[in-house]
Amino acid sequence: MDAMAAIKQTFFQECEEQLAELESGLTAILEGDGDAETVNAVFRAVHSIKGGAGAFSLDDLVRFAHIFETALDHLRAGRLAPSPDLLKVMLRASDALADLVRATRDETNLEPQRFAALAAELRAFDPASMQQTGAAAIVKETDGAADCADDEIVFRPILMDESMFDEMDAPPAAAPRLFRIRFRPKPALYAKANEAALLLREVSNLGECSIVCDSSELPFLPDLDPEGACLTFLITLSTECDESSVREIFEFVEWDCDLDIAEETDEPAGDGVDISALVERLQASVEAERAALEEANARSAAGATPPSARQNFSPAQVEGSDTGDGVGSIGKSDPAKSDPVKIDPGKSDLAAKGDQPGPSIRVDLERVDRLINLVGELVINQAMLAQRVLEEGLARASGVATGLDELEQLTREIQDSVMAIRAQPVKSVFQRMPRLVREVAAMTGKAVRLVTDGENTEVDKTVIERIADPLTHMIRNAIDHGLETPDVRVRAGKAEEGVVHLSALHRSGRIVIEVSDDGAGIDRPRVKAIAADKGLIAPDAALSDDEIDNLIFLPGFSTAAAISDISGRGVGMDVVRRSIQALGGRISIQSRPGRGSTFTMSLPLTLAVLDGMVVTVGGQTLVVPLTAIVETLQPKVADVHEFGGGARVIAIRDQFTPLIDVGRELGYRADNADPLAGVALLVETEGGARNAMLVDAILGQRQVVIKSLEANYQHVPGIAAATILGDGRVALILDVDAIVASSRADSDAHLLAAAG
Amino acid sequence: MTKTILTVDDSRTMRDMLMLALSDAGYRVVQAEDGMHGLEVLAGEKPDVIVTDINMPRLDGFGFIEGVRGDDRHRAVPILVLTTESDAEKKERARRAGATGWIVKPFDPIKLVAAVRRVAS
Repeated sequence: MDAMAAIKQTFFQECEEQLAELESGLTAILEGDGDAETVNAVFRAVHSIKGGAGAFSLDDLVRFAHIFETALDHLRAGRLAPSPDLLKVMLRASDALADLVRATRDETNLEPQRFAALAAELRAFDPASMQQTGAAAIVKETDGAADCADDEIVFRPILMDESMFDEMDAPPAAAPRLFRIRFRPKPALYAKANEAALLLREVSNLGECSIVCDSSELPFLPDLDPEGACLTFLITLSTECDESSVREIFEFVEWDCDLDIAEETDEPAGDGVDISALVERLQASVEAERAALEEANARSAAGATPPSARQNFSPAQVEGSDTGDGVGSIGKSDPAKSDPVKIDPGKSDLAAKGDQPGPSIRVDLERVDRLINLVGELVINQAMLAQRVLEEGLARASGVATGLDELEQLTREIQDSVMAIRAQPVKSVFQRMPRLVREVAAMTGKAVRLVTDGENTEVDKTVIERIADPLTHMIRNAIDHGLETPDVRVRAGKAEEGVVHLSALHRSGRIVIEVSDDGAGIDRPRVKAIAADKGLIAPDAALSDDEIDNLIFLPGFSTAAAISDISGRGVGMDVVRRSIQALGGRISIQSRPGRGSTFTMSLPLTLAVLDGMVVTVGGQTLVVPLTAIVETLQPKVADVHEFGGGARVIAIRDQFTPLIDVGRELGYRADNADPLAGVALLVETEGGARNAMLVDAILGQRQVVIKSLEANYQHVPGIAAATILGDGRVALILDVDAIVASSRADSDAHLLAAAG
Repeated sequence: MTKTILTVDDSRTMRDMLMLALSDAGYRVVQAEDGMHGLEVLAGEKPDVIVTDINMPRLDGFGFIEGVRGDDRHRAVPILVLTTESDAEKKERARRAGATGWIVKPFDPIKLVAAVRRVAS
């Protein structure tokens, strides 16, 4: 059953994709961007979920999906108009369906009332129930009733195809009955790849039977239409089954043959007929016919005709109806009746590019990571080789050096390509947001429209996984704090509906994600008052607008007067900022009173490499993450002040900032180094605090491949990871936050705030 | 000789289930994700039976069947339509397009294989 369990897992994965498709499709229709294919895609999504659920006997899921599907079918067929009311119910139904899928997957229970209520809402849109009220009024002839019947019959986890298999479990009838069957296939029967011999074999499975082939209509070979049908079969069948069982065998072909079935009431005449011999004979004659057809098709000489086929020929007329109805015309038949939602090729190409990124394979993440690691090694190795060549003093123009240059280029390309394997479009995160917006909008009573942009922007999978939470929080904030209520908006001369804009784009090797709203903007006097109130800034501090806006990122700052259900969960923008910074990213805010705010996050595309500043401290080479560094400066005597316990501060543009000696902090030296001989790096921690870190010298900037220290050695306080430099030496990557935290004497809140 | 079945279904779940049932029965299975893809696959394959879904993106089952029947290399291949839509109108359309037979989802693997055997002479 392992294989089935795996398929079930695939099913749930696929459900997630279908649900995303469903939601975006419904949203598009609601916004008037939907066409017939959008509606069909939405229908297909629910239909697929239902189909898969049926296969696994997930009855609750099948039931709800079916009701949903029925409503969508009405929409698809134009029996329901895509009104905003209907679509809003459908969007809620899609949320509910998502919950139901997940609950089914996790085998948790959900309150059935919610689904019953939504099902009732969906049913209320049913055109049948809108015309005739009262459930009893909806009877057979309406679509609703037909679908209800479906509900009971089709969606059982067993095959319902009575047509093909009924003879397998046909109920035994009392006495044998005798049927005389005349079966004359038309060319169309063969054109659909049905096979008279197979049908006859099925008939013979029903009971005792004799079959006679009438080949009198066969013309001479030169006149034979290779795609015609000239044989008639006369069957005498003695069976315990009834006529319907016999007819069912011919269900697929009943339009493509002449079929007469007559029951004889007297005793069976077929006495002692050797059935297998008869079937064999029949098979032989059919083979012969086939051979003749193929022969004619190849337009070979009459002399090559197999003798068995020739024996069957007798002079007869070829019926016009047989020859006129060839396969070719069937293949092209009914263009007008083809699917109304079938899309033209140009459009399908577009759809293919937009929605389906072409053929793909699934690979274990572990394998990809191993590849990435190996490429990392390759990069390091290449750098080491380059260094050696340099040390050998070979000329830049020498063959070895140019070869190395090419190798370097190739290595870069391989690295980029491998990184791209882990890259995924941010779509997976963005797709979760519309639902969030709907929920928050409903809770706050605000009208909100979410506009997303750049969903296909790609970024490392790990980054995607870790931006979901901060993004969720920011969108909540944008609606809860940013946007005004509809009446306030109207009074301010804005549209009743607020707009939250979510976009992603690539900019200079990073991904930039923006969340903006067209709300009221930051209420600066209030923010300042709160910050002063909470002791984050001095009451009389003179702050620029920008600085005030940035106060909301400080730990412990929360603008909500009362902790609301939505944004106020004890975390604020400081948590958002911290999680962004933990990813090596930055977040900033621009706000215009009355016009709204924009939060901009900039994140690295991958967590496997890092832009670092290579520095030396106490003879050791270290790497400081570039994202943490605000600026570098040369300390001057007058700026450095010492106070108790070896603690020092440095005045940077009239603000005192703690000066941390990295060498002393990491135990490379016992005493503070001379600040004048070194370089100070002004760094910003994840908490937003600024500190100056004293190092001996800066060697340069470079991209380094991150190697986990925990995985290869053990955790070392103050060190985030390691890397291997071009000369083959291991360099440690500093954990700026840990260094600052360990050195921080009790920090002065005023100082902090002023720096923030 | 191992017979080849082409399955055409946009649902990965369904494709997997078909693959499981049919390969267990000893068939070689090739897969396509929609009608358009199916026609592409047919350029390099000569299946003995095709099992196809109806409602698919890009090119649906009806269009796919018409495409197969219009192709000299493949027009004689039996095509089974696999769909939850069991109503007469769908069957009629599939039939008109050239389907050999149909199977209603959800299917029992044993009966699916029986159905395939029946049309695969």
